[in-house]
Amino acid sequence: MTSENYPKVYLYRRIVQAKLFIDTNYALKIDLTNISDEAYFSKFHFIRLFKSIYGKTPHQYLIYIRIEKSKEFLKQGNTVSEVCYLVGFESLSSFSGLFSKIVGLSPSVFLMNYMQTQKKINKTPLAFVPGCYAYQHGWNENSNFEEATD
Amino acid sequence: MIKKMSVTNIHVIDQDSAYDFYVNKLGFKLVDDIPMGPDTRWLTVSPPEQPDLQLVLFPVKVSKMFPKETAETLIELIKKGIFGCGVLTCTDIFATYEELKAKGVEFIKPPVKEFYGTEALFKDDSGNYFSLQPLNNFDHENTI
Repeated sequence: MTSENYPKVYLYRRIVQAKLFIDTNYALKIDLTNISDEAYFSKFHFIRLFKSIYGKTPHQYLIYIRIEKSKEFLKQGNTVSEVCYLVGFESLSSFSGLFSKIVGLSPSVFLMNYMQTQKKINKTPLAFVPGCYAYQHGWNENSNFEEATD
Repeated sequence: MIKKMSVTNIHVIDQDSAYDFYVNKLGFKLVDDIPMGPDTRWLTVSPPEQPDLQLVLFPVKVSKMFPKETAETLIELIKKGIFGCGVLTCTDIFATYEELKAKGVEFIKPPVKEFYGTEALFKDDSGNYFSLQPLNNFDHENTI
């Protein structure tokens, strides 16, 4: 069995293309019917195959990608409202609700926690590096890199 | 009593390129990216569903750790593809293979049914290679 003749290679390629389409176009209003049409599947067949490969329906996967991307955008310094629209949500309340349900923190608390961690990293970077690595690199010879005390 | 592996190294030639490969192509999660002075940073990633294992993308360059001759030898060996860094598991090897291939990952062996299960081999941007195998590698008919 080689790469070109494993079972149902054409099905795999279509489903993977659909997944990559979602990865790239998560911020757009994605119509899953259109994706299944482009993949030459019936909607039902497409959803079943997608779920069997990725463990999520295409819609569940789209939500997952949007939430993952929103974490990245928050870390890049965008406000919660900006992130909401950057990842394709039309309502701030539905974005915040889904984010909280999936991540376990509201977007604003997630952002606050991240900023606090960054502040600690900037103040005492060596507190985040195993001591053996710091020693091997000679990083702890720099007096600015002291262990965090708080 | 040892409980688990928490930090391990992948020696890479260029950290920027390795970041792109592991985060943007393989989909690993960035854990730390902390500047440690000029031209040096603490860069670690984790497999998507294994947040408690940090892989240090460890740059091989002339430094306190690597004298010039050592660094040059190590870089040459990495580029030659001498170092296997381990086995990465996925839910569906054929879908993962097609996706990584679409993202430009170089496979040195496509998914092949071996006596021990189905396996593919790919290289990272430096030259290190990994085995890719499905989670349940004894079910040879595990396809869609």
